[in-house]
Amino acid sequence: MSSDTKSSSPTETVLKTENASVYYGNFRALQGISLDIPKQQITALIGPSGCGKSTLLRCYNRLNDLVKGFRVEGKISYHGQDLYAPEIDPVELRRRIGMVFQKPNPFPKSIYDNIAFGPRLVGYKGDMDDLVERSLKQSALWDEVKDKLKQNGAALSGGQQQRLCIARAIAVQPDVILMDEPCSALDPISTLRIEDLLQELKQHYTIIIVTHNMQQASRVSDMTAFFNVEMTEKGGRVGHLVEYSETQRIFQSPTEKSTQEYVSGRFG
Amino acid sequence: MANASNLQDSSALPSLRRSMSSPRTLFAIGMTGLTFLAAAIALLILVAILSYVVINGGSRVSLDLFTQLPPVAVIKTGGGFGNALIGTLMTVMIAVLLSVPFGILAAIYLSEFGRETLFSSIVDFLTNVLSGVPSIVVGVFAYGVIVTKTGFSLKLGFSAIAGGVALAVLMLPIVVRTAAEALESVPNDVRQAAIGLGATQFQTVFRIVLPAAIPSITTGVMLAVARAAGETAPLILTTLFGYSWINSLIAPPTPTLSVLVFNFATGPSRNQQQLAWAASLILVALVLITSLLSRLAIRRKV
Repeated sequence: MSSDTKSSSPTETVLKTENASVYYGNFRALQGISLDIPKQQITALIGPSGCGKSTLLRCYNRLNDLVKGFRVEGKISYHGQDLYAPEIDPVELRRRIGMVFQKPNPFPKSIYDNIAFGPRLVGYKGDMDDLVERSLKQSALWDEVKDKLKQNGAALSGGQQQRLCIARAIAVQPDVILMDEPCSALDPISTLRIEDLLQELKQHYTIIIVTHNMQQASRVSDMTAFFNVEMTEKGGRVGHLVEYSETQRIFQSPTEKSTQEYVSGRFG
Repeated sequence: MANASNLQDSSALPSLRRSMSSPRTLFAIGMTGLTFLAAAIALLILVAILSYVVINGGSRVSLDLFTQLPPVAVIKTGGGFGNALIGTLMTVMIAVLLSVPFGILAAIYLSEFGRETLFSSIVDFLTNVLSGVPSIVVGVFAYGVIVTKTGFSLKLGFSAIAGGVALAVLMLPIVVRTAAEALESVPNDVRQAAIGLGATQFQTVFRIVLPAAIPSITTGVMLAVARAAGETAPLILTTLFGYSWINSLIAPPTPTLSVLVFNFATGPSRNQQQLAWAASLILVALVLITSLLSRLAIRRKV
């Protein structure tokens, strides 16, 4: 298992995972994960279905707390602070670590209200119109909807809805954006538009993207982490981190055999 | 080449044509006709009730109905039921003010906080039981707890409040059940989106889930109102019919349309009987209007 994080310039680590294991009740979903997410880069989590990459992603904003029987062993820290310490308020955390989901889920409200929702939660007192406009511009949706901000968000096309969800997530000005297969429900054109968007977004935000599309990972990300499923002695399956390195290294000269087999399409 | 019309010849093409006399076809036709007949009978019954009420009550429809007071039996013509109409509206309004906030809050608990807990299963079960309790029993309960002047009672006497409480008890299970279903049918992914943005559970429920469920909840409330407006038994035991205008929420008289129908329909006065029919017509019209309004409310759902 290699976790080579050598890079040419010193990068600050935003999220540090140290030997973390994730359990749902007695079922161990992930084992021994150690991973440093660098600031303002795009890190892709790839691997076959069921290897736990979405599970790990949801640990970062503690969305897994909603699942019964969930617990974490080991340490996950955000800017040095243990995320699962008892004094940490998950609500505050989620305002700094935002999420975009696989299936676009705009609120059944107007486009304007969708984006204003997050800032209103924290009592934002500034110019809301300006914030909405900036968020929509940053997610490359402004030109298409600027005349119909009062229209219901659900009336947009799939690709537009997902860009709306991205705008909604960045309106609260988070530090990190988690993306759980954001393009898998979209057509190829929308997918490419969002991939272009990610290159601009990474200038302001740290992005972690889970994707089962390897070509997307190689196009879009700076660092890639490859996860795989392992059989345990009792016949169960548990996810673990196989290799984590610069994207170029993972796809062109991976160290592990299973990585090589996965990225060349031999399985998954 | 084989003769295709000979069905017994196994080397010929089988005929795919439907046989009009085969038992299968006859059965299908018979059953289709039967279901149509059943639907027609159901429609006929409804039409019969409506036309009976319209024919008998329509002749008295005029502005007098809403402005005049009910006549006592000896008066041969004229009169209206303005006070009873106000009484119905008043008791229903009290019932709505009591049952809707409680019902929606209870539904929020069942849907958002208590799913799959033992407590909410019990509440769910008991709510279903409550919806089946006969309305006269609810009336007796309200009588014992609010009206009577002795024992464990609020001792308010016959009053609009007592009537309103009885109707609220009848409305509550309907409101809770339809509101809980409406809330549960809001898809989970918008809840996750709200929580992902850093909303507390309170904010998620009151800013996202509840507004999304409002059209369906409105329909449920309208259904409950339609039911409550027409109930008679609980009102007989909690409100005292009267021939004058209402001047207090806590003292009689509190005449209502349904009790007026009960009192006038079988009495000796033809005048009163006609008014009973007219009151029935107004009650049916009220139910119709609330049904239409609830259809409109649900149409506004995007």
